[in-house]
Amino acid sequence: MSPRAASAWRRWAVLALPYAWLALFFLVPFAIVFKISLAEQAIGIPPYTPLLALDQSGWHIQATASNYAFLLSDSLYAKAYLNALKFTAIATAICLLIGYPMAYAIARAPDAWRTRLLLLVILPFWTSFLIRVYAWIGLLKGNGFINNALLELGLIHEPLALINNAFSVQIGLVYSYLPYMILPLYASLEKLDWTLLEAASDLGARPLRAFLSVTLPLSLPGIAAGALLVFIPMVGEFVIPDLLGGPGTLMIGKVLWDEFFTNHDWPVAASVAVALLALLIWPMGKIRHLLVKGAA
Amino acid sequence: MKRFPGSAQAAVGGVSLTIAEGEFFALLGPSGCGKTTLLRMLAGFETPDEGRILIDGADMTGVPPYDRPVNMMFQSYALFPHMSVAENVGFGLKQEKLPRSEIAARVAAMLDLVKLTRHAGRRPAQLSGGERQRVALARALVKEPKLLLLDEPLAALDRKLREETRFELVRIQQRVGITFLVVTHDQEEALSMAQRVAVMNEGLIAQLGSPREVYEHPQSRFVAEFIGGVNLFAGCVVGHDGRMLTVSCAEAEAMFAVEYAERLATGAEVTLALRPEKLEVSPQPRPELPNRLSGMVRAVAFRGEASSCEVELPGGKMLRITFPNAARAVSGLKAGDAVWLGFAAGASVVLPS
Amino acid sequence: MTKKLSPFLLVMLALGYLFLYGPIVSVVVYSFNASRLVTVWAGFSTHWYGELLHNEQIKDAALVSLSIALMSATGALILGTLAGYALARFARFRGRALFAVLTTSPLVLPEVITGLSLLLLFVALERLIGWPAGRGMLTITIAHITLGLSYVAIIVASRLESFDIALEEAALDLGARPFKVFAVITLPLIAPALAAGWLLAFTLSLDDLVIASFTTGPAATTLPMVIFSSVRMGVSPQINALATLILLLVAVVVIAASRLMKPKT
Repeated sequence: MSPRAASAWRRWAVLALPYAWLALFFLVPFAIVFKISLAEQAIGIPPYTPLLALDQSGWHIQATASNYAFLLSDSLYAKAYLNALKFTAIATAICLLIGYPMAYAIARAPDAWRTRLLLLVILPFWTSFLIRVYAWIGLLKGNGFINNALLELGLIHEPLALINNAFSVQIGLVYSYLPYMILPLYASLEKLDWTLLEAASDLGARPLRAFLSVTLPLSLPGIAAGALLVFIPMVGEFVIPDLLGGPGTLMIGKVLWDEFFTNHDWPVAASVAVALLALLIWPMGKIRHLLVKGAA
Repeated sequence: MKRFPGSAQAAVGGVSLTIAEGEFFALLGPSGCGKTTLLRMLAGFETPDEGRILIDGADMTGVPPYDRPVNMMFQSYALFPHMSVAENVGFGLKQEKLPRSEIAARVAAMLDLVKLTRHAGRRPAQLSGGERQRVALARALVKEPKLLLLDEPLAALDRKLREETRFELVRIQQRVGITFLVVTHDQEEALSMAQRVAVMNEGLIAQLGSPREVYEHPQSRFVAEFIGGVNLFAGCVVGHDGRMLTVSCAEAEAMFAVEYAERLATGAEVTLALRPEKLEVSPQPRPELPNRLSGMVRAVAFRGEASSCEVELPGGKMLRITFPNAARAVSGLKAGDAVWLGFAAGASVVLPS
Repeated sequence: MTKKLSPFLLVMLALGYLFLYGPIVSVVVYSFNASRLVTVWAGFSTHWYGELLHNEQIKDAALVSLSIALMSATGALILGTLAGYALARFARFRGRALFAVLTTSPLVLPEVITGLSLLLLFVALERLIGWPAGRGMLTITIAHITLGLSYVAIIVASRLESFDIALEEAALDLGARPFKVFAVITLPLIAPALAAGWLLAFTLSLDDLVIASFTTGPAATTLPMVIFSSVRMGVSPQINALATLILLLVAVVVIAASRLMKPKT
């Protein structure tokens, strides 16, 4: 076998399995989701109308855009999408505001400390997501820790409504996704050439100026990676609005879940998914580029 | 015989080269000249688009690196960090599926040759730069390849170590008798170690010859400037008598008598290349030299065994001269001194313009 | 060069960690609360741990989750390493762009989308070819492998990018064939990244609620599903105890792993 042919064979030997797996278990499902979004809810197993139906006049395709029309007509869905975007945007910004100084501090810390500090960030990340969200229930509810403490201290006379509203959802989102912001930020800052700051200082720049002119621009890829890594999954978040949210905090992830599990309306759930996906295509394109090139 | 008649990639143009068995050969050139690409083609990591590579008569052009009787000493050494020195050196022999006892014996002999026997059990991280280099060399040599490639072997070493290692490499090469091909951008490295040097520029070979030939008789401006320092005079032929050329040089405001056997037409433009050590400088005029100039010293740099100085001619041209510090007459030279310069008729080289 | 951190940074660090750990600490503290009313302190007690250890439902679910996690982490490691290697080392091949998208997307997609799409696939497959017959541990495992492989691929690809390729070339030059080079040179040197990838995939699987809920069947209830249904009804002291145990386990594993991965000097 010529060396070129041999190396081509080698490549496909490596690629075949993961490519096939991903094609089957990742790509094909999306086609199916799209197809079902064009179906209608039906009684039976599975609970939707098939794409090809046979009747007296032969095979024909049953597809309808009624689900999408339904999404557009019922303001519930629009509100849910907007809520999701709103909460996510705010939470991402807060994660950045908290996460950047932390990542910067860890990157600048003496070597011995750095590993420990990173470990302390990673530890919650590896702990059960569900449990960390659940922890806030105990803290925020009417007779929860915070309210009890404030009442004890006499700072308030009635429990504050801290849970099942936008406040608790926002806190939950920031809390859960903070490590996802810190890690890529840290990765980007850690690679920074700190002597650049020394050069800036030598040339007369005060610390704030040096930060704005040197550090911030150079850490932009890390910021972008962190922001996208947080934003994209957060938009479709379900657990947090479900556990910590209330009627006014409907997010699209929860809508999808309810359509599927409560209403058993698979076609509508599918169309919600497709619409959400359409929303995320552009940011996902950006993150792919950043991830593989090594901002992470 | 290693022959590579013509090979063409964007990085390497048409190159045709024959290297003799047991020779110490150097590929010299500035970065980007294509020498590394050529090296990688010989090792098997790149394939030439055109042309062939013959080793001992066998066509190796498409053969992958693990099947070639060629081994390489990498610039970064590329020692396997998770193996000991002995395991590193023995790795290549292991791939040949030799019996353990033979591998052990050959590894021991090689470590002895590079004087690393004491370090056999250590990991690369525990060695100094010079020691790591010797491991890399031993690892490549132990397989007794037909051709050993060395990629910038002295680049990572400090100056003192470089000198010692230069001699040691030549010694080892003579001892094992393997053909060495060194790729480097450092002309001192190439000239001091190799028996023949190919100077490369922009993918092509500019000149091929022994170190002395390439230094004393450069055939082009590029080679003259790249190898060692040089003073260049632009001039115009005014006379030729069969053995001597008379050249008029405007920037030096002088006429030069230069030995040159070939015929050149009157009025032809030439460049004279004069090595700094061939230009003699003295505080007194030197009427016995056929070519004479005078100027003012602008700077003197003391370099231990020799000194170099910059002299400015009345027309503004700057010349570089080196002289041994043992020469009493010029040992007290300093900036601002008026000096006389001169060179012999055979001291300069005539280059086409 | 490492000068001391400014007070602003130190305060931010402290506040940040307080924020991250406050809720966790409260869960741990209240797991020892004698009172059933979780947030009213009534004295120290390990009563709930005892109840937890007798909770069959939770124990069964933990077993299910652990088995799935073990299988899916291993599957994800194998596939993810192959994918990561291809991404890092194969500069051009047909369909590379698509492959890169497929590999990195599960990482970021909202889980409701991944979960729904996988379930729909399983339903369609079952109708078409009879496999998978019903949903349960197998389908959850497949789903988790798909998710995990994406993480492993990124970790492996990123590690290989910073891997000195001269080491592989040197091995080739010395006579080792490409597969041998991978096995004897590359693999041992990227082993820590592989271990990290496996651990990550394992944790992801253990922790996943949404995808498991979509792709599960009647017989397979995972630990997160049990926790979720319990938590929806309100705060539960047994859950606090469970949470503390999980925390402890994770802390031990993470610290042990980081010790193991310290570079040997």
